Amino acid sequence: MAMAALRREGRRFAISPNPIAAVRSSIFPAEEQAPLGVRSISTQIVRNRMKSVKSIQKITKAMKMVAASKLRAIQSKAENSRGLWQPFTALLGDSPSVKVKKDVIVTISSDKGLCGGINSTSVKISKALNKLTAGPDKETKYVILGEKAKAQLIRDSKKDIELNITELQKNPLNYAQVSVIADDILKNVEYDALRVVFNKFQSVVSFLPTVSTVLSPEVVEKESEAGGKLGDLDSYEVEGGETKSEILQNLTEFQFSCVLFNGVMENACSEQGARMSAMDSSSRNAGEMLDRLTLTYNRTRQASITTELIEIISGASALEG
Amino acid sequence: MFRQASRLLGRASWLRPRPFCTEVPAATPSADPAFVEAWKKVAPNIDPPRTPSTYMDPRPPIPSSLPSKMTVNFVLPYSSELSGKEVDMVMIPATTGQMGVLPGHVATIAELKPGVLSVHDGSDVKKYFISSGFAFIHANSVADIIAVEAVPIDQIDASLVQKGLAEFTQKLSSATTDLEKAEAQIGIDVHSALNSAITG
Repeated sequence: MAMAALRREGRRFAISPNPIAAVRSSIFPAEEQAPLGVRSISTQIVRNRMKSVKSIQKITKAMKMVAASKLRAIQSKAENSRGLWQPFTALLGDSPSVKVKKDVIVTISSDKGLCGGINSTSVKISKALNKLTAGPDKETKYVILGEKAKAQLIRDSKKDIELNITELQKNPLNYAQVSVIADDILKNVEYDALRVVFNKFQSVVSFLPTVSTVLSPEVVEKESEAGGKLGDLDSYEVEGGETKSEILQNLTEFQFSCVLFNGVMENACSEQGARMSAMDSSSRNAGEMLDRLTLTYNRTRQASITTELIEIISGASALEG
Repeated sequence: MFRQASRLLGRASWLRPRPFCTEVPAATPSADPAFVEAWKKVAPNIDPPRTPSTYMDPRPPIPSSLPSKMTVNFVLPYSSELSGKEVDMVMIPATTGQMGVLPGHVATIAELKPGVLSVHDGSDVKKYFISSGFAFIHANSVADIIAVEAVPIDQIDASLVQKGLAEFTQKLSSATTDLEKAEAQIGIDVHSALNSAITG
């Protein structure tokens, strides 16, 4: 009878901490649900979970610090490179709505992940640009810088990818490296217009997707004859080089390498900034999860102590009389 | 910690003077309307991306009379050396020779060879040795000079220049393929220009 009473007590204590049971079933797999009447589950499981969450929190905090220091280093360089493309836009204008036969979309993305949504944004914009420039007897190709965009674009546009360049940031970014890449692209890819898609770094929490258009020399000549933004180009005298088209060739190639350099720097800044905020929110989440787990742990611990005490006391009182 | 980091970054950026405008105006009317229209038809749920013209200040219009000073923007990949500086004259090393640019110069696109760029402001003359690049002179007396590398003349080491010149001359004489010959010739051109920059 005492055993029946004990069993009833045990059952009551197993049922009454219902919220704990609900939490327990949501956190832990079902087979750890204690059979009724037995002491509640060990605190070992909660403790393991807490240890892993704490180490995750430490890792994400460290990643945030690393991203912050890398951002500091690269931000000044990116801001200094912002003057580089402005003369070209002042001279040749900005014509993103130009209609050409061969478009090449140069998507700049990062090699490493855990940097928030910037790579997905770049890929979304590239795909929408692809749709925008599509048409009868027009073709659009991709040149991808960075692993993450390649992984996303290779799924549905595998045949459109001309060139893929990775491991840009193995050495610190500099103009010589980017101009070699630009040279590579210009030599191997036929283009009428190059559209460079990247995330411009506005602030640590805000990145603006941007598309910079670089036209080939033939298209520049055609557009300048047609008038519009490039119409004033004819009024410029040409020094050095015999014909205007020779100068235009060098000019557009130089423009592409400058625009690409700025795009790569801005994207690298955006990557570090996005990683900083992603890791920050992740460590904050880990902290909250740790708080919740600590409460669960204490509740579980206290419940098991209470159960033990009750067993002892009821056993003792049963002995007495 | 994150707040501190952003505050530190913000503070540091205020201390450094910003040459070109790094503030981004929100959806200015200088965005290409045809592009935005076409974008909305194709991808209505995604905001159209920005284009470079929205990040730039508009250039001054062509003045009716001859201005007294011209504005010079001298940019390199790593810094904007001069930005919006009002000067009297610039001498640029075009491929056709040294060219002097005064306010009211005719609009020109000039390709540059390695040489000395000098900026004259009153009696103040600053000389830089630049690797090649481009110079755009606009009708509104704004000159944009873009070079890949530039050093002030006083920072050039004469002995290293001589050594480099000797090295490339020797490479030219021992070059076999066209590529090597071209590379050695470029080296010689740059170093002799450096030489004349220090001496001249």
